[in-house]
Amino acid sequence: MLITLPAESQKSAHIRIALNGEHVDVSFAPYKTLLEILREDLSHTGTKHGCELGECGACAVLLEGKPVLSCLVLGVECDSRNILTVEGLGLEGHLHPLQDAFADLGAAQCGYCTPAILVTAKSLLDEHPQATRDQIRAALSGVLCRCTGYLQIFEAVEAAMVKIAEQNAAAK
Amino acid sequence: MMRLPLFEFRSPRTLEEAVRILDGQGPSTMPLAGGTDLLPNMKRRQQVPRTLMSLRHVESLRHVQLSDSGSRLGACLTLTDIAEDPRFRNGMTALAQASALVATPHIRNMATLGGNLCLDTRCNYYDQNYEWRKAINFCLKKDGNTCWVATGSSKCVAVSSTDTAPALIALGARVRLFSRSGEREVALADLYNNDGINYIKRRPDEILAEVLLDPLHGWKSTYWKLRRRGSFDFPVLSVAAAARFSTQGVVEDARIVVGSAASRPLVAGEASKSLLGRSLNPESIAEAAALAARIAKPLDNTDFDMTWRKRVTAEFVTYALRELRGNDMHVERESVTRHPLPQS
Repeated sequence: MLITLPAESQKSAHIRIALNGEHVDVSFAPYKTLLEILREDLSHTGTKHGCELGECGACAVLLEGKPVLSCLVLGVECDSRNILTVEGLGLEGHLHPLQDAFADLGAAQCGYCTPAILVTAKSLLDEHPQATRDQIRAALSGVLCRCTGYLQIFEAVEAAMVKIAEQNAAAK
Repeated sequence: MMRLPLFEFRSPRTLEEAVRILDGQGPSTMPLAGGTDLLPNMKRRQQVPRTLMSLRHVESLRHVQLSDSGSRLGACLTLTDIAEDPRFRNGMTALAQASALVATPHIRNMATLGGNLCLDTRCNYYDQNYEWRKAINFCLKKDGNTCWVATGSSKCVAVSSTDTAPALIALGARVRLFSRSGEREVALADLYNNDGINYIKRRPDEILAEVLLDPLHGWKSTYWKLRRRGSFDFPVLSVAAAARFSTQGVVEDARIVVGSAASRPLVAGEASKSLLGRSLNPESIAEAAALAARIAKPLDNTDFDMTWRKRVTAEFVTYALRELRGNDMHVERESVTRHPLPQS
């Protein structure tokens, strides 16, 4: 018996992306956003699904190193592009200094905004290894956190900055 | 999960190919640039195009050309490209500030200049999900017959919510529109209609490809935006002001534009004219502020009280003109904006 799936569930679009440094081929329903593909077709549920309208920032990922909202990026526009999600932040068994600092300093409470804040902060520190408090505030202003009041988050980013500088100095 | 409706996807490589795709399709084929306005609207079923045409691979839409004889900005420059580029200062400061004040860093990394110029108008009764709008039997702008803001109105009064248009109108910008049948150049001030539905004169088969600016030697400009949250929100009232001064500080030319007070940006012609030949002193500034506030007639269809928004118009014109004459306005800035802004 031939079963015809409704058009909206047919995985008729295909892309190859570099997800957290690995090449991944994925087939998906062509109306899907990057957020839906990450969570539903690639089982990368670290990236959170919030307002879906670009108002909360919970779905932030890095696209070619820059923070964007994955709920407003079409999957069909992602072919051949580099995507970093929170899953790609640390190495196996080793937290990224940002993750370490967030855990140490209570910068994550309910944790829902944390993946978005972590990748956004990573992009900031990649570009500005010595970011000021104002730069941190501005960079993170697009991700809403309703638990922490942000202060622990800013402090954790600053602590991570010191840790990264120390690691870099030790590696030299 | 609010899913996007089904659509056919096209991704042309050149402007010629893009205008061929749009040709004869009407509004059912829509250009997609950053997607930060269109995709939420599609999820809420405010716009349901049959075909989306991405402009991402059209390289020619991302150029910047700045020269002594004028400037040309590709419509697909992102707002981050503009806000962070120190070349967009001096005369163009208002544009850099307006770009920096749109939404959030994430959205500015995606959203484009052309997209912000073509931004859909907004209203409390329109920017809601499908079920919410259905519960009030929809509204005039989409699927309904009644304007819930002004129930006697036969015209939609949704608000122009673009930040970059008031700034660029104050700078005297023009835009180039391309279609298969040719191209035309339109003064940005003439691109908009005061109608929340037919708010833009861009035809569905046209692509807004480029913003053109005359040389801005001797001009100074600034942009002030009112919004609920200091970090990110759509404008609910804004003022862009630009002026060219003589060496003695006399205003030789001036343009004041009021945004988010109607379905289109409003050029405050009388207020601008009142400054000509005068220096910016408390009297001339107060006169211009009062004249500009007279044309702002905000309605009760967005955030904040409408009478207060009208009062803020005069305040913002005052701030803008004081800033243009060289006053330090950082205290007033910080009271309405939480993050440092590009300065001239």
